[in-house]
Amino acid sequence: MTARIAVVTFPGSLDDRDARRAVRRAGAEPVELWHDDASLHGVDGVVLPGGFSYGDYLRCGAIARFAPVMRQIIEAAGRGLPVLGICNGFQILCEAHLLPGALARNAGLRFVTRDLTIRIENDTSAWTRQYRAGQHIRVVLKSGEGAYMADPQTLASIEANGQVLARYASGNPNGSQRDIAGVVNEAGNVAGLMPHPEHAIDELTGPSADGLGFFASMLQTVAAR
Amino acid sequence: MSQDVAAEPCAPAAQDTVADAVATPGREQPFAALGLTAEEYARIAGLLGRRPTDAELAIYSVMWSEHCSYKSSRKHLRQFADKAPATDVLLAGIGQNAGVVDIGQGYAVTFKIESHNHPSYVEPFQGAATGVGGIVRDILAMGARPVAVMDALRFGPADAPDTRRVLPGVVSGISFYGNCLGLPNIGGELAFDPCYAGNPLVNALCVGVLRHEDLKLAAATGPGNQVILFGSRTGPDGIGGASVLASASFGGTGEGAKRPSVQVGDPFMEKLLIECCLELNRAGLVIGIQDLGAAGVACATTELAAGGGTGMRVRLDSVPLRDASLGPAEILMSESQERMMAIVEPGRVAAFMDICAKWDVQATVIGEVTDTGRLEMSWQGAQVVDIPPGSAADCGPVYDRPAHRPATQDELLAADPARLPLPTAGTDLRADLLLLLRSPEGGDKTWVTEQYDRYVRGDTVLAMPHDAGLVRIDAETGLGVALATDGNGRYCQLDPYAGTQLALAEAYRNVAITGARPLAVTNCLNFGSPEDPAVMWQFTEAVRGLADGCQQLGIPVTGGNVSFYNQTGGTPIQPTPVVGVLGVHDDVRRRTVSGFTAAGASVVLLGDTRPEFGGSLWAWLRHGHLGGRPPAVDLDAEKALAGLLAVAAARGLLLAAHDLSDGGLALALAESCLSGGTGCVIQPPADAAAFLFSESAGRAVVAARPDALPDLVSACEAAGVSAAVIGTTGGPALELTGLFSVPIADLAAAHRAALPALFG
Repeated sequence: MTARIAVVTFPGSLDDRDARRAVRRAGAEPVELWHDDASLHGVDGVVLPGGFSYGDYLRCGAIARFAPVMRQIIEAAGRGLPVLGICNGFQILCEAHLLPGALARNAGLRFVTRDLTIRIENDTSAWTRQYRAGQHIRVVLKSGEGAYMADPQTLASIEANGQVLARYASGNPNGSQRDIAGVVNEAGNVAGLMPHPEHAIDELTGPSADGLGFFASMLQTVAAR
Repeated sequence: MSQDVAAEPCAPAAQDTVADAVATPGREQPFAALGLTAEEYARIAGLLGRRPTDAELAIYSVMWSEHCSYKSSRKHLRQFADKAPATDVLLAGIGQNAGVVDIGQGYAVTFKIESHNHPSYVEPFQGAATGVGGIVRDILAMGARPVAVMDALRFGPADAPDTRRVLPGVVSGISFYGNCLGLPNIGGELAFDPCYAGNPLVNALCVGVLRHEDLKLAAATGPGNQVILFGSRTGPDGIGGASVLASASFGGTGEGAKRPSVQVGDPFMEKLLIECCLELNRAGLVIGIQDLGAAGVACATTELAAGGGTGMRVRLDSVPLRDASLGPAEILMSESQERMMAIVEPGRVAAFMDICAKWDVQATVIGEVTDTGRLEMSWQGAQVVDIPPGSAADCGPVYDRPAHRPATQDELLAADPARLPLPTAGTDLRADLLLLLRSPEGGDKTWVTEQYDRYVRGDTVLAMPHDAGLVRIDAETGLGVALATDGNGRYCQLDPYAGTQLALAEAYRNVAITGARPLAVTNCLNFGSPEDPAVMWQFTEAVRGLADGCQQLGIPVTGGNVSFYNQTGGTPIQPTPVVGVLGVHDDVRRRTVSGFTAAGASVVLLGDTRPEFGGSLWAWLRHGHLGGRPPAVDLDAEKALAGLLAVAAARGLLLAAHDLSDGGLALALAESCLSGGTGCVIQPPADAAAFLFSESAGRAVVAARPDALPDLVSACEAAGVSAAVIGTTGGPALELTGLFSVPIADLAAAHRAALPALFG
């Protein structure tokens, strides 16, 4: 049976279409989920896409975390549903306290669009099991508030628990602490990533096809359950 | 968002009704403060048979402004239609919000470029941001989904203190608005010249895609149909923007006087408006639609009613306001952003409102279409407007302004660059190459383009630093569109006719470089004051050059924008027509890239090189020289080159292709080495300076696999394009045999130096 993966559209979501394309390319069925949907319609995983949900007014992700659909997602994530937040989705997951830390303005105070290399650190999470730890992949970063920040105790604990999903490996583009590009929760099912794997699914429209591994990993996770 | 931009009231908020206008024919009205001449004011009174009410005066002042009425340019712009080549690709042309071009497979694209120069100088961030917002709504109003933006920017000297205020603000405004809308920014231009110090140019382009059957026009038809205003509430921002800011020169009263006229943008609302409009279109609920840009409600109501040949009755009290103190004249003139107006059948209003509610877009019925042929508006129960809509939309004054070639033009042409000393020694040639690379004009633009999202929507095949942007339209077939904008103020200063054709030729060539077939043209004509006969001469020459050029190339002008009054005090900018060319690519998977990516390929120079340094980047940077004639124009040669590039791309003969323009072959080779990460070894001819730095038009440098070379050469012969093998790709440097060698790392360091050093 084909895995069904929901991509949530908040008002102001922008990369939702791209995330659905990546899900389809990986072999799963994308399901459109509207921000005020009260049900997850039995999907096998959820992607929170990039964009400027609700205009990112107040603070990135701060309003989206209160969207009706987030109540279902938070509850399902607690039961082990794979959830990936990309860029704005990562910000939303941090605001929702599903992931530790926060995303702050880039060190240069400017929006940065750049092809870059990240190193996969955790190859056991629901979203990275098709990669090897230490593997370098080419992806796209495009964000204005992508600097990963956490207090020293949190940093120490996510390092110790293997919750750092990936690090920037071709220079730190935004001032993220310890070059952190993505993190995962302790259970390994909720992941947040500042770069965009959905924009690295073919060489015609992206820097590589390396990003497909996140979606393929998710399929493997669903199949194993 | 707080509104602290308290506008000076342009007209008393107290009502001045049609009855009052009849009863008090002699009352003085502030027509001059609204930018109208005494003759224009008298003409309005003549059209109405009485003095206008204050609200009517507001409508005429904005609709008859230079910005909205094209009163100084209209006479000349007719050439675009009169000389239009026979074509079957145009589904809608000049006069609509944007031209619509058939690209096959049932798809059409619409594209347009527009200026936001003065607002961007007064308030760089909001000025540039709302420039993007405005052009996107133009595309949306045609029924298309906007799919990409580009911007053509020109500033004063990069190291001037004011450029440090204006440039970062403009770039972050475009970044903020475009990124938040989810539209990839796929290219554009960045240039610097002292002439733009007090008057930067910010020209924004948008392209949208639609199916043929989704085309929408700005026409209010069907008496009884409802007029719905939707999007943001109306506030006091931008009042008089079209008449005061966009249609007058800076200087005199002090820039502070114009500050309240810049609008404030909310890209989140615009994103909702885009999705809402597209859903309304899909549901078939829209009869006619118009965006609210310059001149706001005044423009939308008059143009919809005039376009439909009908009348309209509007209740101005129904317009949702952000500032309850606004009166009818201010409501009519407000340029508050993110608003649209639609004509909807009464039975479909409820469905229309449901979709707006889904997207949290406020929508309000403010009137209805009538069969009276009059545009009537009420305020607090009294009639304040009663005019024939065509009189404001189509019957504005048309001026035949005097145009005289200035005497200084002969001095400029006489300053022949042939007397400039040319470098011959390898060290001098190398130094001049590095001078170009290190300059803000010739250097890497990543500092700017990195702030723009070029990936969103996942269909961007080519973007900066390639010669043209290329967007995939259909993933199944690979159908796509290529777009490029070009302009060169130096060339146009020397010869506005030839300079404009060179801009057209370069954009045409840049589109062809990708393997696309050029189809249509848009333009943004940036000039000084039309009241200056020398400027008017430049303008008439430029328009004639563009119209003749398009006729010869066989691609029609589908629309455009004129921006006059780009001057500070009595000094106009260099004439700067920016030309956008759109092409169709049959299969984007076969696109040609600009970088050298593989070693061992033959480097071939296409086209003829003559020693042409007039207006060149080399003459300007090396000698501070601007004079002589710009490079010769040969549009038949451009056509032949474009045809060859399309054939070569389709047959897979090319590994890379890059246009030669500013900085000549030297800069093109360096850019191809840098973007592909591979060096090259070039065998120069005896006249190395012309070989490297001449800006002869109609040329490109390409890389081909040695086994494809015979095919390429015979294709060139068939097309009548001269081709010379000048070297081979590979190695760690850009090497000119016997002259110099620059390691790629040094090229990169020089290329990336300028903008970060200036802007952080």
